[in-house]
Amino acid sequence: MIILKKELRQNWKAFLIWTAVIAFMLVICVLMFPEMSKEMDSVTDMFANMGSFSAAFGMDQVNFGEIMGFYGVECGNMLGIGGGFFAAYLGISILSKEEKEHTAEFLFSHPISRSRVLAEKLGSVFLQILAMNVIIVGISILSFQIIHEDIAVKEFLLLHLAYLILQFEIACICFGISAFLRQNGIGIGLGLAAILYFANIICNLSEQAEFLKYITPFAYGEATDIISNASLELPLVGLGVVVSIVFVILGFGKYTKKDLAA
Amino acid sequence: MSIIETKNLTKTYGKARGITNLNLSVEEGDFFGFIGPNGAGKSTTIRTLLGFIRPTDGSATIFQQDIQSHRDSILSDIGYMPSEAMFYHGMQVQDILSLSAKLHKKDCRQEAKELCHRLDLDVHKKIEELSLGNRKKVAIVCALQHRPKLYILDEPTSGLDPLMQKEFFRLLQERNEAGATIFLSSHVLSEIQKNCRHAAIIKEGKLIACDSVSNLTNTRTRKVSLHGITTLPDTIQGTSVQKDGDTINFLYSGDIKPLLEQLLPLPLQDVLITEPDLEEVFLHYYKEERS
Repeated sequence: MIILKKELRQNWKAFLIWTAVIAFMLVICVLMFPEMSKEMDSVTDMFANMGSFSAAFGMDQVNFGEIMGFYGVECGNMLGIGGGFFAAYLGISILSKEEKEHTAEFLFSHPISRSRVLAEKLGSVFLQILAMNVIIVGISILSFQIIHEDIAVKEFLLLHLAYLILQFEIACICFGISAFLRQNGIGIGLGLAAILYFANIICNLSEQAEFLKYITPFAYGEATDIISNASLELPLVGLGVVVSIVFVILGFGKYTKKDLAA
Repeated sequence: MSIIETKNLTKTYGKARGITNLNLSVEEGDFFGFIGPNGAGKSTTIRTLLGFIRPTDGSATIFQQDIQSHRDSILSDIGYMPSEAMFYHGMQVQDILSLSAKLHKKDCRQEAKELCHRLDLDVHKKIEELSLGNRKKVAIVCALQHRPKLYILDEPTSGLDPLMQKEFFRLLQERNEAGATIFLSSHVLSEIQKNCRHAAIIKEGKLIACDSVSNLTNTRTRKVSLHGITTLPDTIQGTSVQKDGDTINFLYSGDIKPLLEQLLPLPLQDVLITEPDLEEVFLHYYKEERS
């Protein structure tokens, strides 16, 4: 666990900043709800009349005037974008940074196999994502208490579970890509996360683009579907898990045989 | 027993040269120098031996174990110093040293303390605050603290001040006397000549000479300096001819008597005939191949 600890120690500042920012945004949104709900009837009407804009964010499916509907849409955007990007950043930099910063020679001149290093590095990514989500869920529950609203427990937990899997999937995809890079591909990682996010919006907007739901993990992380159905779309989640595993295997296959850059 | 042995080791990548059919053998307990200019393939050889890159062809053994199938067990007995001493930012020197020791599964605190003292290295400094010379010192301690059987050092002295270079070679001599094998690459020939028992010269990815340092310098080739003339007569077969004011320097191989007879009629003020040092041998090999 030496490498895992090293990674956590090296990354704790970035971890705290991302977690704090996302948690802060979520709390702000939740605390805004009582104020907004007073005017919510008109807001809901307004959203209902905005047609495809509302559809893009799934706001036609849930009642924005109820806390869970409101939370789902806001949480979807904050945790989806913030968490997804953090996962992409972690996944894409975890391997390529050793070569970019020329520390690969130091690391791999020690008697530790490459696959062991990879496993511990991937473990550190999962652990950080998990810890971030646990902290955010905790803070979110507290903020519900503050505004005296009840949490629909099943929907709430399913929502956060979906986001956790979504972040794991993005991290795994980026981890796989990272094995092929010699330079730090943060641009590639964040760009990929953005494309996947927008793919889901396009998917919501257009019938013809429905196939995109098989590509982007944001499809099974669609808060409005989870809240209104109180269930996850298991085939899509399953597909996401398979994609994650494939990318991790690709990453291991490549990196264990790779010529390291000087 | 040979500690390092390569058989037709070849590494080609893209357009870069790499190494071609390298056959190298380093005996246990040797102090071995690996000489060549930048880009000749020194680092490629070392990086292949340590498993950072995979050979295109051929094979190599260290401690008589295959470098690809026994990588982990081989590395636990190697102390490696990369030419670029880069470490993790945000960590202190002592964190790096303890990380390296843990990865070797050894407690090296006492050894590290002594080495840091001898090299005058402050363990509380952060990596990003260190100069190249101080980063090199960290690399030295990392390579030496677990007392390996084999030291592989890639241009270890670049960036170290002369005093530290001296202390560094003293450390290596001590380790060598205690039985360890030293393999170091360099393009500073004087340090190879001074410290190494055997040396190999690599040029454009190929091994062009491999012998004891004394044999390499103790050839029949002589370095000749003639003072008082400005051109070398055509009758004298000299190589590496250099003109320096009223002095002509060249390398001469062959019988010494005909040379002396040819020198006799020349209006010379002084004549110097010496054994060439490694630098001249090195240049000799490089020029010979070219012509």
